Amino acid sequence: MSTIQPIAGELEPHPDVALVEQVRGGDVSAYDTLVRKYDRQIFRIAQHITQNREDAEDVMQDAFLKAYEKLDQFQGNSKFYTWLVRIAVNESLMRLRKRRTGKMVSIDEDVETEEGSVPRDLADWAPDPEQNYSQSELAEILRKTIQGLPQGFRIVFVLRDVEGLSTEETAETLGLSIPAVKSRLLRARLQLRERLSRYFRKKKGSGESRNEK
Amino acid sequence: MTCTEFLALLDDLIDDSVTPEVRADLQQHLHNCDHCEVTLNTTRKTIEIYRSHEIYDLPAGLRERLHAAIMARCKKGC
Repeated sequence: MSTIQPIAGELEPHPDVALVEQVRGGDVSAYDTLVRKYDRQIFRIAQHITQNREDAEDVMQDAFLKAYEKLDQFQGNSKFYTWLVRIAVNESLMRLRKRRTGKMVSIDEDVETEEGSVPRDLADWAPDPEQNYSQSELAEILRKTIQGLPQGFRIVFVLRDVEGLSTEETAETLGLSIPAVKSRLLRARLQLRERLSRYFRKKKGSGESRNEK
Repeated sequence: MTCTEFLALLDDLIDDSVTPEVRADLQQHLHNCDHCEVTLNTTRKTIEIYRSHEIYDLPAGLRERLHAAIMARCKKGC
């Protein structure tokens, strides 16, 4: 049986390495632990890409099943989580292609905007602006806002800033260069900030109120 | 430093991956530029809000159902 080497530079192997070894040894309950550890993240990533709840449910199941089937191919030179995310991203994109038959879907979609084209709304935000909204209103604002980003920006922002992957891991997961990830991340952050400004900007005494659509 | 140069380094500043020298230049620009200060603060806040709010919740019932389906298939060898 193949063994997994600890990731270079780390003093101790990641705890997932031992779990993966147990699964390879036939201990299915160890896989149960891995699924419970990462299911929320995988579901979230799938929702962000497919923007459809049923698709996200299917992607979550398919990604974990595929990872289980392909576990022998996992080399241990990346983290198990990063490897799993890559499978989930691919499953999500496949699911989108099925829905939009005839239309190519890729993470390169809709990102051909000019480098300097990010507009700047220079109004400052209210302190703790999210306090002005209920939890459900805020979730709706955040969903609507991030859904409006070009897909190639959205995925990079979600992996880097929401799920906490490094720039290198994001590049590896999406098959992008590091400069491409950095450029998309900057534009994603600035565009989100710009779009959220309409809800969160400081209200001035007269005239200027929240610009709601 | 111009605002464009500042913006090009905004992510590195937020991600804390600038050298002390570059950080000092950025800080100096911030002292004199309210626009960039607003951009920095609100961009940080944008990231923090997305990090701290769950916008696609996985309800317990659905989670258990999906989990059971996955494990049933794995036990059968997929």
